[in-house]
Amino acid sequence: MTKTKRKRLIYNLITFSVVIAAYLILQHMIDAKTITRSLKGQLVPICAWIVMAVSLNLVIGFSGELSLGHAGFMSVGAYTGAVVSGWLLNAFQMENTVLRLVLAIVAGGILAGIAGVVIGIPVLRLRGDYLAIVTLAFGEIIRNLVNVLYIGTSEGHLNFSFLHKNLPESAVILVDGAKGAVKIKPISTFTVGFVLILITLIIVLNLVNSRAGRAIQATRDNRIAAESMGVSVTKYKMMAFVTAAVLAGMAGALYGLNSSTVVPTQFTFNQSINVLVFVVLGGLGNVLGSVISAAFLTVLPEVLREFADYRMLVYAIVLILVMIFTNNPAIRSLVNRLISPVKALLRGRQPSALQGGDKA
Amino acid sequence: MIFLDNLINGLSLGSIYAIIALGYTMVYGIAKMLNFAHGDVIMIGAYVAFCGLQYWGLPPVLAIAVSMIACTVLGVTIEGLAYRPLRQAASLAVLITAIGMSYLLQNTALMIWGANPKSFPTTFINSVSIRLGRLNISIATLITIFANIVIMVSLTLFTAKTKMGKAMRCVSEDRGAAELMGINVNRTISVTFAIGSALAAIAGVLLCSSYPILQPTTGSMPGIKAFTAAVFGGIGSIPGAMLGGVLLGVIEIFGKAYISTELGDAIVFAVLIVVLLVKPTGLLGRPIREKV
Amino acid sequence: MSEVRRHRSDTRMVPVPSYSIVPERDVNAIPVLETRHLGIEFGGLKAVDDFNLTIGPTEIAGLIGPNGAGKTTVFNLLTKVYEPTSGAVLFRGKDLHGMSIVQASRLGIARTFQNIRLFDRMTVEENVRIGLHNQIRYDMFSGILRLPRYWGQEKKQHEKAMELLSIFGMQDLADETAGSLPYGVQRRLEIVRALATDPKLLLLDEPAAGMNPRETEELMENIAGIRDRFQIAILLIEHDMSLVMGVCEGICVLNFGRVIAKGTADEIQANPDVIEAYLGKKRTEQNGREEEKA
Repeated sequence: MTKTKRKRLIYNLITFSVVIAAYLILQHMIDAKTITRSLKGQLVPICAWIVMAVSLNLVIGFSGELSLGHAGFMSVGAYTGAVVSGWLLNAFQMENTVLRLVLAIVAGGILAGIAGVVIGIPVLRLRGDYLAIVTLAFGEIIRNLVNVLYIGTSEGHLNFSFLHKNLPESAVILVDGAKGAVKIKPISTFTVGFVLILITLIIVLNLVNSRAGRAIQATRDNRIAAESMGVSVTKYKMMAFVTAAVLAGMAGALYGLNSSTVVPTQFTFNQSINVLVFVVLGGLGNVLGSVISAAFLTVLPEVLREFADYRMLVYAIVLILVMIFTNNPAIRSLVNRLISPVKALLRGRQPSALQGGDKA
Repeated sequence: MIFLDNLINGLSLGSIYAIIALGYTMVYGIAKMLNFAHGDVIMIGAYVAFCGLQYWGLPPVLAIAVSMIACTVLGVTIEGLAYRPLRQAASLAVLITAIGMSYLLQNTALMIWGANPKSFPTTFINSVSIRLGRLNISIATLITIFANIVIMVSLTLFTAKTKMGKAMRCVSEDRGAAELMGINVNRTISVTFAIGSALAAIAGVLLCSSYPILQPTTGSMPGIKAFTAAVFGGIGSIPGAMLGGVLLGVIEIFGKAYISTELGDAIVFAVLIVVLLVKPTGLLGRPIREKV
Repeated sequence: MSEVRRHRSDTRMVPVPSYSIVPERDVNAIPVLETRHLGIEFGGLKAVDDFNLTIGPTEIAGLIGPNGAGKTTVFNLLTKVYEPTSGAVLFRGKDLHGMSIVQASRLGIARTFQNIRLFDRMTVEENVRIGLHNQIRYDMFSGILRLPRYWGQEKKQHEKAMELLSIFGMQDLADETAGSLPYGVQRRLEIVRALATDPKLLLLDEPAAGMNPRETEELMENIAGIRDRFQIAILLIEHDMSLVMGVCEGICVLNFGRVIAKGTADEIQANPDVIEAYLGKKRTEQNGREEEKA
């Protein structure tokens, strides 16, 4: 096994261990009833935001494109999840909540994936700042569209209407324009959220350590060189974008089915930025970092009430500082000089763990 | 008549977009970055003018002047503290920083002025209107359109005639070569931010004269739309910003009037997407070739 | 083609119908590359005009000319970064008209870049594996689900990448980050990466730039070695005349986007147009040399 491979294996093992350990501890706290009520209420949102952050990291950290419309895919998933769940309950009397939840999540992923393809085809022809602004535009368009969307279910069918509420009298209203998806039966569970995180981690970590994942990273590092090596840039940017959209849609369904209503204003551009903050603070291309920062930053405002007021202000400052510190050559070399003795010290203590790989 | 009313409203809104778009287009052309915080500089400008009129009892002209000075200082400070250290960095890092800056400004405004919307005081600008047959045109509309034209002409002259204007064109053409020619690139970029931000203050006052609700997020949507306008017209081009802004304003008002009020923003963004796909360099932009 | 000869001095250059020259051994084979009246205009400016060149399947050819003569533009035309505005590129008899960079690469054209374009944040081995992208493949789902195909193909990729790296003595650097390598090594890695795409034609854009004389010497041997080992044609742009004259069998000189001379190293060195292009008009060779020294 090469040094790189070994490093990655250890990294993946740590990532999965952290997530599984956190789940076991929290589950134990739930069983022992030692968990605070506010934290318990946060568990499913935390899972959803972790999936959002990891999937956005695939786009920003690995394929190197800034997507500012990630919340749009989440809203597609949330609405789809709410509609599918409501439809299954009303039309088929499906009482099994876990099955309903799983089907709703799958449907949310599929629809968000379709949205990802539809949006990705035009967007991924663009580059850099233009791409970012167009993803933002699409996120806002999605929000605008669901604002005038009405969906109901009657006699086993789904009824749709657009712009004007024009549904049969007998229909059970599922989506009511600006009021959002209404009368949702909350069915999301922490365990399903945990499984969704595991699936996300498997998909993202396995993808980035495969042929396709390397191609995705190559398009990030140098577009022209990647094309010259016969790597179809559009195909692999699309792959990252759509995979992320599917995962965001699944996260959205999980998130939406955790409360009784979903409104369009929950998925504004601000939410996309929120997730961007998770990703940047966790480190671009660092999956474990995204997991930790998403969990930590979701819990923090709940724990520190005073922090909640200043949250966005602090986020903004941190975002700027992180970018300057990680990208300014002068500051970076200064930081490296300061931490290199510490690194050397750490290395001295455990020389064999990461260092002495056999050179194939 | 309704058609003419809409057209004039569209021209007025479009003129505001055009003035904001100038800030984007100049910064994008010269510093090669999307200054996401530009829309929020507008908001700060509007708040300062609001304070001048409401609390300090300044006459409108003086309030605008104070607001312009405040925005200029703010713009130059933002550039120096946040963007200058990232001059060599990847565009992704710069864009994320600019987004952070946008949030910083919004939340600072939230701290200072609170979340409750303030209604912009009525001055002579938005209290008087002219009757022209059956048309009713407010002074604010006329001033907005007039200001747009004056700004456009003076900026065009500035970049064509003055030494600093020529330096700006050099830096936008080739930063490295400009530096070798003895042009102070940092100073040129600072001046660009100063001009853009001063214009943002004017845009903020005009925006709030026509749409008198002021809150910390007031600037973000017009900001994004104005960027759309800059792209539409061809980024880096001053006449392009004017054309793009005015067209976008008219499209938005007509879209809201004849298609759907709720979908107004969606229509504007759809225009952006179509433009970028059909003609990525915009209406008046020059084609850019990637160096290999 | 078992008896490819190593040295230029052993190779006789023969003119072919397109007014180009190829080595004697390649005359009866389909040329790997043939350009016909190739040209491109940028806003009225003819960057390359009426460019005709034929390269045999195992030829080492050089493209030289003063700065701004359009050499890299020719490379960009051959690799489909630019679509020509006139003329055609035939690769192994196939017209490249309307193809993309990716398609050209898949047909067997590989290149290196004047300003190095490695995948900086990936390891050396991963860089080579990107070169192998279309050689050893499996789909995304085998990768995500870690199906048996993933393990088999990954192993193959690894072995092939290490084999290529070891040819150039770089096997010990496999785990290093490409962006952290010294300049000369980065240039070598670019060549390895290009070779990994299994090309029939390798385009080298100033491979010796920034190298010291010892490294250049080594590079020269490497270039000849690559041709012998992989049996491919090589076209290189280079300013280092010792390298061009030492390794290239046929040389094409470009000035202001037009070909001003073609021939063997000796013919080129004696060509008055070439001397003029390099040293300026109305100057004797002597004057020019002195100026160069000063």
